[in-house]
Amino acid sequence: MTERVAGAVLGTETEFGITISGQPDFNPVLASSLVINSYAGSRARIQWSSEEESPGRDARGFGYEPPPMAEFESGLVNVVLANGARLYVDHAHPEYSTPECTDPLEAALHDKAGEYVLEQAALAARTSLPTGERLFIHKNNSDGKGNSYGAHENYLVARSVPFGDLVRHLTPFFVSRQIVTGSGKIGSENGRPAVDFQISQRADFFEEEVGLETTLKRPIINTRDEPHADPTKYRRLHVIIGDANLSETQIFLKLATTRLVLEAIEAGTIGDPIVLTDPVESVWRVSHDRTLHAPLRLADGSRMSALDLQWHYLEAISKHAEMEGVSDVDQQAIAEWEQVLGLLETDPRSAADRLDWAAKLDLLEQYRERDGLDWSDPKLRLLDLQYHDVDRDKGLYHRLIASNRMRRLFTDTQIALAATAPPESSRAYFRGRCVEKFADAIVAANWDSLIFDVGEDTLKRVPMMEPRRGTRSMVEELIDNSDTAADLVQGLGGSDG
Amino acid sequence: MAEQEHKQNRPADSRQETDEAEKATAPVAEELAEKIDDLLDEIDSVLEENAEEFVKNYVQKGGE
Repeated sequence: MTERVAGAVLGTETEFGITISGQPDFNPVLASSLVINSYAGSRARIQWSSEEESPGRDARGFGYEPPPMAEFESGLVNVVLANGARLYVDHAHPEYSTPECTDPLEAALHDKAGEYVLEQAALAARTSLPTGERLFIHKNNSDGKGNSYGAHENYLVARSVPFGDLVRHLTPFFVSRQIVTGSGKIGSENGRPAVDFQISQRADFFEEEVGLETTLKRPIINTRDEPHADPTKYRRLHVIIGDANLSETQIFLKLATTRLVLEAIEAGTIGDPIVLTDPVESVWRVSHDRTLHAPLRLADGSRMSALDLQWHYLEAISKHAEMEGVSDVDQQAIAEWEQVLGLLETDPRSAADRLDWAAKLDLLEQYRERDGLDWSDPKLRLLDLQYHDVDRDKGLYHRLIASNRMRRLFTDTQIALAATAPPESSRAYFRGRCVEKFADAIVAANWDSLIFDVGEDTLKRVPMMEPRRGTRSMVEELIDNSDTAADLVQGLGGSDG
Repeated sequence: MAEQEHKQNRPADSRQETDEAEKATAPVAEELAEKIDDLLDEIDSVLEENAEEFVKNYVQKGGE
C-alpha cells in the first residue's frame, strides 16, 4: 500500500439551522451565541486567531489578498473543545468544525459527535428561555425559502497534484454523487424548475463550475486555498457541494468515496476524465431526477446518467484498490458503495435504511398514501424539516433510528465519547489534550497553532504546520508529564509539536 | 462512452444478494402495513403542532 497524501487528514464543517418558536423577532446571531455559550458553560472560551487564515486566497494561483493583519477575532463566540473541535457562531448559524481525522470512519464519527454537541447545546440553551419559547437546531442546508447554509468537507491534498486535475476528475463525481450523498427536500429553490421532491438540499444553489465564492454564485469546485498546514506541501480541498447528513452510512460514504477518488487522482489510476457538457445544469438535473436515469450530455456526444457515472467511479476505484492496495476501512466503503448503487438501481426507496433522501422520500410517500396529501401540504413540509431536528425525541431521523429502521455504524456511547476525546493520529490530539489540561494558559488557538501565556514577557506560540504530527504516540507522554503549560512549552523545546 | 457499455460492466452480485436477504426477512404484507401505521402514528405524536405556522416561520439567513 503506497502512502498517499490525498485525504490522509480530513474533516467536516457544518452550519446548523436555528430557530426559536414563540419568538417572532428572534435574532439568529444572539440565539446561536446562546447555544454555544450554554454548551461552553465552564469550558474555556478560547479566542480563535485568524492570523494564519486567508479565505481569499485562490487555488488557481491568482487573486491573492493583501497579507492578513495579525489580529484576533473579537466579540465572536468561539469554543475549542477537548476533542480538538471548534464550536462557534458563523453567519447567524452555530457551526461545528470536527477535529482533523485520519480516516473517513473516524471523520464520520466526529461529524455525528458534532450533531450530539449541538443537541446537548440546544437542551442547555432551552433552560434559559422563557416559558412558551422553544429553541430548535436542525442539521439541514436550506429553509425552503431560498436561503442555504453549508456542510463542507475538507481533505488534505498534495500540492504537487495539479489543481486542474482535481477540477476535471471531481466535477462529474460531485455532480453524480448526490444520489449517494443527498438529504432530500420538497420543492425547488433559487429559480430552478418546479419539482415535487428532489435528492439534494443544496443542488439548486450551485451556479458556477469553479470559483472562490461560498455565499453566492456557489461553485461546484471551490478554490479557497487556505491549507492550515505547510503550503509548500499541501492544499486543503474545501468541498462545498455536499448536504449535511444524519445517516451514519451516508456521512461515511460521502467522505470515503471522495477521499478514494482524490487518492486515485494522486496515484494516476483514475483513468481518463469524463467531460460533462454542462456541469452546472447537470447538478440540479441529477437532484431533480428521482429515477436516477436521466441522461446527462457529455462532450463526446454520448450520454450518461448519474447512476452510470457513479458505477464508472466505483469501477475506477475498485481497480485502484486492486492495483495499489487500500485499508480495511476503504474496503468497507467500496463494498457499501456497491451495495448502495445496487439498491438505487432497483428502487431508491429500498435504500431507505441507509440514505437520508431515500428515508425521507419513503416516509413522505407513506404519509401521502395514508392521508392523501398533496406535495404542497404543510404537513409534508413539516415532516421534511423535522427529519433534521437534532433532538433525539423530536427529530424524525432519530425516530427512525429508535424503531430500528435505519442502519448504524456507531453506538450512542461511541458518539458521546468522540464529543470529548480527540482523534489520536493527528495534531487534533495535541490541541484537544492541551485544551483539556492547560485551558487557562491558552490565549488563542487556530488549526495550525496554539498560543500560550506561560507567565513570561512574551507569549509562546506552538506551530503545528504538519497535521500528522502532535499525535498521541508523539506527545502523550510529554503532556502527561507536564504539570503546567510552562513545562509543556519547555518540553517541546520550540520543536514542531 | 456509450451508456450500454457501462451497464454491462455493472456488478450484478450485490443486487442478487440483497434480493435473497430481503426474501429471508420480509414480513408478510399485513404485518408490514401494520408496522408502517405504527410508525406514522408514533411520528404524528411528536410532530410540531400547527405545521403551516411552523414551516412559515422557519426562515434562515444564508451562510458559509
